[in-house]
Amino acid sequence: MADIRMRVNGSIEKLDVEPRVSLLDALREHLGLTGTKKGCDQGACGACTVLADGERIVSCLALAVQYADRDITTIEGVTSPLQRSFVRHDGFQCGYCTSGQICSAVGMLTEHAAGAPSAVTGDLATMEIELTAEEIRERMSGNLCRCGAYNGIVAAIEEGIR
Amino acid sequence: MDFLRPTTWADALAAKAERPEATPIQGGTDVMVEINLDKGRPAALLDLNPVAELRDWSSEDGWLRIGAGVSYTRLIDELGDRLPGLAQASRTVGSPQIRNRGTVAGNLGAASPAGDSHPPLLASDALVEAESVRGSRLIPIGEFYLGVKRNALEPDELIRAVRVPYADGPQYFSKIGTRNAMVIAVCSFAVALHPSRRGVGTGIGSAAPTPRRAPEAEEFLAGELDWDGRTAVPDETARRFGELVARAASPIDDVRGTRDYRVHALAVMARRTLGWAWTEYRGI
Ligand SMILES: Cc1cc2nc3c(=O)[nH]c(=O)nc-3n(C[C@H](O)[C@H](O)[C@H](O)COP(=O)(O)OP(=O)(O)OC[C@H]3O[C@@H](n4cnc5c(N)ncnc54)[C@H](O)[C@@H]3O)c2cc1C
Ligand code: FES
Ligand code: FES
Repeated sequence: MADIRMRVNGSIEKLDVEPRVSLLDALREHLGLTGTKKGCDQGACGACTVLADGERIVSCLALAVQYADRDITTIEGVTSPLQRSFVRHDGFQCGYCTSGQICSAVGMLTEHAAGAPSAVTGDLATMEIELTAEEIRERMSGNLCRCGAYNGIVAAIEEGIR
Repeated sequence: MDFLRPTTWADALAAKAERPEATPIQGGTDVMVEINLDKGRPAALLDLNPVAELRDWSSEDGWLRIGAGVSYTRLIDELGDRLPGLAQASRTVGSPQIRNRGTVAGNLGAASPAGDSHPPLLASDALVEAESVRGSRLIPIGEFYLGVKRNALEPDELIRAVRVPYADGPQYFSKIGTRNAMVIAVCSFAVALHPSRRGVGTGIGSAAPTPRRAPEAEEFLAGELDWDGRTAVPDETARRFGELVARAASPIDDVRGTRDYRVHALAVMARRTLGWAWTEYRGI
């Protein structure tokens, strides 16, 4: 067992976990933060997306012990205009993917603001990359929605950045 | 399962020498999938993330030395202009979340024939910098892949960095999958033109037990291209190049595609990437 500390949504949490426990399981089962969902446990669906020092990662492919003394934000700690626009644009049906979608979108906007290109960015020399629907879809491609609420999700993000 | 967390490179090498069976973990995007699937839990994990040296890259004499801890996201942002082929391939790896954590060194450690960084590394004659407490060596990329998920690292060795020469000409990567995000390539291909020495580099992915080059295709094309006049590549030359690339592969039938489809697709990708590269070289 390893004793670690982690800042989760602003408060310091103590965790006593085995080294093989994923960050996802630590959040859900040790800290009771069940907003973060487990879809595949293989990095392929994005439902478990959280922010580690502001960067979006899939928490199922992270070990809790690797994130000792880091700053983790889960959906419970997010306050973003995106949340309201997801509701307004029906960015979900069952809601299972939504916490991951929103954490991912928050991380995506930070990456975009820092000027990161995507696989669909045409001219890499442009200073400002416009977040078109195509760019949003590509940049959100790590988050699957089993209900197929993609149009609502894209519309919500488009509104959220305006 | 023991969890080893060295904070310096020297400590990491010492730990690997003492526990050669320990599995290194960088981004974890391969290692964690195995752990979660409960496929043979490693006796020990050697976490390289705290080793700050690995997160740096540097450049010297026209070569980039990319630390094993540099993520795909950073490689794309910070080195994309000097390594266009590797950056294009990196942009297709997994998803944004995977690219924030995954690394080229991890791709090399996993040595999957489908790994996307392999074709551009082959096409640009990269070197793998391997190190142990016994010393450091540079492994030419063509000698690094030994078999399906097997590489040339000794049990006590770790990858310190990947060394890639600056692009000296156009480089292109192409990959076939059912969608862009999060699919394992059905097959992939990279081409690099080296006008300074009138050479051509190639790399084939997912179409043999290891990633490999197509040496006959490289030699043929290097001799046919009109390097000085920059005239258009005749269709016949492009077709022959595609054929030679496809012939260098030895693909299998599997759930992602048949042998015949892969052979066909490789020839198409080879012609197409050559078309893009030559158009760029001609400056049109
Ligand atoms: C959903 C999903 C999608 C994916 N899509 C793609 C894709 O499109 N294309 C692709 O190529 N890959 C893909 N992958 C696989 C993976 O993301 C890549 O192989 C990535 O490059 C691995 O890097 P990492 O740093 O996460 O490696 P890790 O998981 O940390 O390590 C991978 C292997 O390398 C070894 N290793 C790591 N660092 C070192 C070192 N410094 N020295 C020696 N050995 C080392 C480890 O022991 C392990 O065997 C995908 C994975 C997932 C989960
Ligand atoms: S549960 Fe982590 S990506 Fe699916
Ligand atoms: S809303 Fe049901 S999975 Fe996305």
